[in-house]
Amino acid sequence: MKNSTSVDTLVHQGRDKKQSNWIPTVLIGLSIAYVSLIIYIPAVNVFHQAFHKGIEPFLSNFGEPAFLNAVKVTLLLALIVVPINTVFGLCAAWSIARHQFPGRTLLLSIIDLPLSISPVVAGLMIMLLYGNQGWFGTWFKAQGIDIVFALPGMILATAFVSMPFVVREVIPVLEEAGVDQEEAARTLGASDWQIFWRVTLPNIRWGLMYGVLLTNARAMGEFGAVSVVSGNVANVTQTLPLFVEEAYKDYNTEAAFSAAVLLALLAAVTLVLKEVLESKTRIKDQ
Amino acid sequence: MSNIINASLVKPKPLWRQWFDRIRNLSWTWRITWFYLSAMLFLPLVAMFAKAGSEGWSKFWEVAASPIALSTYDVTFTTSLITALINGVFGTAIAWVLVRYDFPGKRIIDASIDLPFALPTSVAGLTLATVYSDNGWIGSLFAPLGIKIAFTRLGVGMAMLFISLPFIVRTVQPVLMELERDIEEAAWCLGASEWQTFRQVILPPLLPSILTGMALGFSRAVGEYGSTVIISSNTPFKDLIAPVLVFQRLEEYDYAGATIIGVVLLGISLVLLVGINILQAWGQRYEK
Repeated sequence: MKNSTSVDTLVHQGRDKKQSNWIPTVLIGLSIAYVSLIIYIPAVNVFHQAFHKGIEPFLSNFGEPAFLNAVKVTLLLALIVVPINTVFGLCAAWSIARHQFPGRTLLLSIIDLPLSISPVVAGLMIMLLYGNQGWFGTWFKAQGIDIVFALPGMILATAFVSMPFVVREVIPVLEEAGVDQEEAARTLGASDWQIFWRVTLPNIRWGLMYGVLLTNARAMGEFGAVSVVSGNVANVTQTLPLFVEEAYKDYNTEAAFSAAVLLALLAAVTLVLKEVLESKTRIKDQ
Repeated sequence: MSNIINASLVKPKPLWRQWFDRIRNLSWTWRITWFYLSAMLFLPLVAMFAKAGSEGWSKFWEVAASPIALSTYDVTFTTSLITALINGVFGTAIAWVLVRYDFPGKRIIDASIDLPFALPTSVAGLTLATVYSDNGWIGSLFAPLGIKIAFTRLGVGMAMLFISLPFIVRTVQPVLMELERDIEEAAWCLGASEWQTFRQVILPPLLPSILTGMALGFSRAVGEYGSTVIISSNTPFKDLIAPVLVFQRLEEYDYAGATIIGVVLLGISLVLLVGINILQAWGQRYEK
């Protein structure tokens, strides 16, 4: 025991001698400088621009009807899309994690597709299906149902881009939890629902919440796909991210940054919750 | 004995019947999965390829290789490639710093690397356009030198750097954590210089993950719309990117034109996806 520690200290001394002291300092400095240029300064700028004339103009923007409506539409979208994608994500994750079959890896890659397809292309695909000349567009139009340039199209676009998150996060926790406890519950006479609510769900809850968190962040923040299908009608189909762009293009920078602050706070809350959830899963690992 | 005879007498079910039975026996979780995937992913993909196919080869080629389309590919892919290379270097350095060194504020930096994932892209575009404009915090430092960043290709590049940075850091970080320091120490003990240790001991097992991260970042940058459309002036042949061209074609109700350029973008995403999978398989070679 004593022997090995002395060898260890020797090695470390050797390393200390070899490693000049300036390399870590330079690398840390360089990294902080780069992250500041790319991330921190722009992030601080959001709050500076929104509040540099005091809190009054910021608050007055909150009274604007277009702004309030954008908040409402954004929340409504998330409220509809997140549960749908959570149910799909749970079903898909369960099916994939609990079965071995040929083409499993391929199916996983296919589910990940929405993350690599450009959001504009995602919006375009919805236009081709449900737009005025689209496959189903004429039928829906005859029924008097608006899909594109209305809320249903925005729901479809948001659901498309935020589809993979729950599946991706739940599969690894399901695989880690294993089937032993579920089988034990089954032999004790539990029904499928009982097993899901009492055994599976508690096992996967942190992974599931992580997936839901990412889905929600993407659903509330999506711009490209929603922009294509919404028509960006103020007071009707405008979400907060669309409001930000519209206000900026109209040289209403203050309103743009007021809305941006709200979305930046959403991002900050997401990151904090993400850290919390990651530490929860890490504790479970140990 | 009688069982075997019976079995040989039973006619095998026709193929459609076997498939029908298989579908009928699927559990409801599978059914929901397949239904949702078909309606939300396969159907839109089919619609898009059908639309592009219905235009005919000559029309497809004419639009896909038109001068304006070619110029948007050039802006999109060249800029994405350069940003992937820059982020490949800095992202690896950041991952290295986060794994190997201790310094105050490290946890905050680690957590904030994910900000580009969490921040809506239009907010990113808005604030980058302000910071890097001629009278912005950073842009004003470059303006006297005659360098304009926002509303040029440089600005598009900045937006791409922003959105693709986490991909490289988050792909390299776990591999770096797994890396055994004993091997580096062995190299030092054998008299290798730091540069030699880095080039010949640390870099080889790290390379697949760096390339995977760069490919992921590149793929994201190519498709990016929200932040780039705001920071770019969207001038054709200058800083107009391919996703914005798709959007403009749609605004003009030119569905065929939008679809053809969209299919080109989609095809490239698919090729990248296959490439990324190959890179990941190559990376796992070291794990076993």
